[in-house]
Amino acid sequence: MGARSSHAAVIPDADGIRRETGFSQASLLRLHHRFRALDGNNKGYLSRTDLQQIGALAVNPLGDRIIDSFFPDGNQRVDFSGFVRILAHFRPVEEEDPAMRDPKQPEPLNSRMNKLRFAFQLYDLDRDGKISRHEMLQVLRLMVGVQVTEEQLESIADRTVQEADEDGDGAVSFLEFTKSLEKMNVEQKMSIRILK
Amino acid sequence: MSRHTGPLWAVLAALVLPRAGAIEEEPSGASQGFQIVTFKWHHVQDPYIIMLWILVASLAKIVFHLSHKVTRIVPESALLIMLGLVLGGIVWAADHIASFTLTPTVFFYYLLPPIVLDAGYFMPNRLFFGNLGTILLYAVIGTVWNAATTGLSLYGVFCSGLMGDLQSGLLDFLLFGSLIAAVDPVAVLAVFEEVHVNEVLFIIVFGESLLNDAVTVVLYSVFESFVTLGGDKVTGVDCVKGIVSFFVVSLGGTLVGVVFAFLLSLVTRFTKHVRIIEPGFVFVISYLSYLTSEMLSLSAILAITFCGICCQKYVKANISEQSATTVRYTMKMLASGAETIIFMFLGISAVDPLIWTWNTAFVLLTLLFISVYRTIGVILQTWILNRYRMVQLEPIDQVVMCYGGLRGAVAYALVVLLDKKKVKEKNLFVSTTLIVVFFTVIFQGLTIKPLVQWLKVKRSEQKEPKLNEKLHGRAFDHILSAIEDISGQIGHNYLRDKWSNFDRKVLSKVLMRRSAQKSRDRILNVFHELNLKDAISYVAEGERRGSLAFIRSPSTDNMVNVDFSTPRPSTVEASVSYLLRENVSAVCLDMQSLEQRRRSIRDTEDMVTHHTLQQYLYKPRQEYKHIYSRHKLTPNEAEKQDKEIFHRTMRKRLESFKSAKLGMNQNKKAAKLYKRERAQKRRNSSIPNGKLPMESLAHNFAIKEKEFELLDAEEAPDYEVEETSGGIEFLANVTKDTASDSPAGDTGSDTPLTRPSSPRRGPPAVLQPPHPAMSPPASPAQSSRMPGPGAHARSAAARRVHSRRSFQRPRARRRPELRKLASLQPPGPAELPPLALEQEETPL
Repeated sequence: MGARSSHAAVIPDADGIRRETGFSQASLLRLHHRFRALDGNNKGYLSRTDLQQIGALAVNPLGDRIIDSFFPDGNQRVDFSGFVRILAHFRPVEEEDPAMRDPKQPEPLNSRMNKLRFAFQLYDLDRDGKISRHEMLQVLRLMVGVQVTEEQLESIADRTVQEADEDGDGAVSFLEFTKSLEKMNVEQKMSIRILK
Repeated sequence: MSRHTGPLWAVLAALVLPRAGAIEEEPSGASQGFQIVTFKWHHVQDPYIIMLWILVASLAKIVFHLSHKVTRIVPESALLIMLGLVLGGIVWAADHIASFTLTPTVFFYYLLPPIVLDAGYFMPNRLFFGNLGTILLYAVIGTVWNAATTGLSLYGVFCSGLMGDLQSGLLDFLLFGSLIAAVDPVAVLAVFEEVHVNEVLFIIVFGESLLNDAVTVVLYSVFESFVTLGGDKVTGVDCVKGIVSFFVVSLGGTLVGVVFAFLLSLVTRFTKHVRIIEPGFVFVISYLSYLTSEMLSLSAILAITFCGICCQKYVKANISEQSATTVRYTMKMLASGAETIIFMFLGISAVDPLIWTWNTAFVLLTLLFISVYRTIGVILQTWILNRYRMVQLEPIDQVVMCYGGLRGAVAYALVVLLDKKKVKEKNLFVSTTLIVVFFTVIFQGLTIKPLVQWLKVKRSEQKEPKLNEKLHGRAFDHILSAIEDISGQIGHNYLRDKWSNFDRKVLSKVLMRRSAQKSRDRILNVFHELNLKDAISYVAEGERRGSLAFIRSPSTDNMVNVDFSTPRPSTVEASVSYLLRENVSAVCLDMQSLEQRRRSIRDTEDMVTHHTLQQYLYKPRQEYKHIYSRHKLTPNEAEKQDKEIFHRTMRKRLESFKSAKLGMNQNKKAAKLYKRERAQKRRNSSIPNGKLPMESLAHNFAIKEKEFELLDAEEAPDYEVEETSGGIEFLANVTKDTASDSPAGDTGSDTPLTRPSSPRRGPPAVLQPPHPAMSPPASPAQSSRMPGPGAHARSAAARRVHSRRSFQRPRARRRPELRKLASLQPPGPAELPPLALEQEETPL
């Protein structure tokens, strides 16, 4: 991979991005390659359509939600640094002592909390910091096969919310969300080994 | 086997046919005049005995699977070997001659090809070629390494004198090393299939075991000829020849396979009018590839593997669906049967005192060396590979790879092939090989599962206790695979793109039927653009008409309502029948049982929910796509799921596209669409009765689970309990339903109609609209809504389908004969077409 380092100059602000995301030089190059491959007309940014072209996403129940997460705040385009920033959430967590880290520095994008937050935001469409029953239901609809009836879905959504809901407001806050998943190895489950 | 059947016949006679012996002594057809019945055993002897063995093996399989506990712990291959040992013992006891052994001829010509073909034909190609480099390294370098080190070390120990006096030279040891080095495809699969390790690991070990055949064959024949020549006469030229012959054998075998795959694909392109023999071609031509390369002394396993790998795509596209099913099942049957027989006969072959020559040092050291050198080899190679691989092989993976290096029947068949005159210690080699095979298959096979569990190899996870974990966990999987797709780093994309281009432009054109070419996988690529075009034209039409009135027309909305509410009466009905029954038999119950029941209902509800989730959550890509299994045929759920999701995604994108263009209320619209989709699908649902989940389903479930005979008597108290806990909500639901139903004019006619006929479980049959309850119909509906290139603007078409459905119920009621028909006939796709046609006319 090092062979391509001559291209490093192509990436704007490569060092800044690397510092922020923690990607290795090689990964960054690879991602840049990918970015340009996705960017159909060499626009320098990606639009929703560019990502929608990826065939596999069309058969991913959460595909469109994930595409949306690349375009926060109603943006219609995402540049390379934005693109990489999202992907950085999925970098594997390095084994390092949390005490060693500079507390002043912001938490790295691939921390457990940030991974969870990313997932949480996929649920929380209205950005009120809570997954309402309705939002849960919407996700369920995406993820469950057509054989399941609406009523069943509603009941499942109810139960899921109830199970996680601790303060009884009928919605799942981020705190409750993390709590309900505290046993899960999120670090591993939400990491892609190839993104280093 | 057949070759050795002679002596056995006495055994069989002793065991099965008490009088057979007498008859055999006077050969039939003697000059005793005409006999009405003659006993011609020896006419049928050979095939008869073969069939009996097959029958025994198959029956044994049935017996094993009677107890899940046993098969869960002990791999089937190990069980079969043990069974073989027992049977061999019986035969031996009766006959004192080992009449049945696994002969190399039978093994290589009849038992191995189906197994390897099956592996090739069902090979997850993408995964295989994605990891080809790794697989090749392990298969080639790894095998050479194993062979060389094992042989040399054994020779070294021999020189030290630890093994006593053996009539062997260096070359004999190397020969033995080469045949014992190769990991066996049959054994590996048999064990790995039962241990669900992650796909990459699986394909690496599996691929290695298939491809290392070429190496084994070459090493084996090279050393064999060296042994024949005698150690002194081997020159450097011979060694070079050996290396060259490796490339010739492996590449040649592959080439033969590819050529035959090409032929096969080409032939199946033209079998349209001989559908009935279509499946035959697949087997005949692949087998020919095997024989051809055997004839040319190339690697036959490689040939048939690659024949399977290369032809699968085109064959599957060309042959009819029925033929494809036939091919699939036949292949699985043959492979699975062959595997069964192989393992059983490995066991049987071992019961023969003549072949056993014991040499403790040799046997133990062989076991030690093959494990140690495999471990070293794996670690070294992985270390090299990990510098180049995207997906790293982690220490745990390496442990499994080392431990999964099972030896099997290939080694045994090769060792039996040795010539006793040239290899003096053949018997020692044979018995050592048997020990090694048994040790690896039985001991390692038994322990690999606990080991994997203990090491927590990334396995497909089974069960999660909490709903949240289950749901979010699955969501994470999907998120992950989406991110993978976006970051696009799975394997060698560049080469793959080139190949798929070539495939599309040239190969598919030559090898696939025209019809197949069109319908195949380009759908996904093309669909998006098509949809956008459709959307644009659709919107344009709307603008032309001045508004989007036709989208929002009241009639559509009405239909939505009708559609959505149709299944509900069942609830109403059910509740009515509950109430009725409650009056009848709310008498006898004691509090304790009531309490118990209440709890059990809670549990059952939980179970139902979990179960539903478990079953119907879409599976992430990793879990459904690549898994190969010799014994199971998974219906292509994956495809169905893909279609479903794809369909949804496209519809949503279209909606948002429209709304972006015209500023419509997207959410409302989407919700409506969604409702319709659900409601319509529910009609086809396979969930019992399609009733309300919380209450009625739980009830149903409880009943089914516990198998109460007197449903009515038991049911009433239940309901009461339910009433107290969830009653209010429930009632609210009911009333709501009734209210929403009445405008559609459904409830009124429905309740009286169904109540008498369906006391308890009746509702589904009668109540359900003529569209019978079954799962497959989802696909006809689906496919009818998946318009091809030329189809109508998609949403318009979809709308029509929907409205078509929404008329179902009223129509059905208007036509009692139709309903009767539906309830009489067993639900099956057969009755779909006429109905669909009927409904087609209605809304237009």
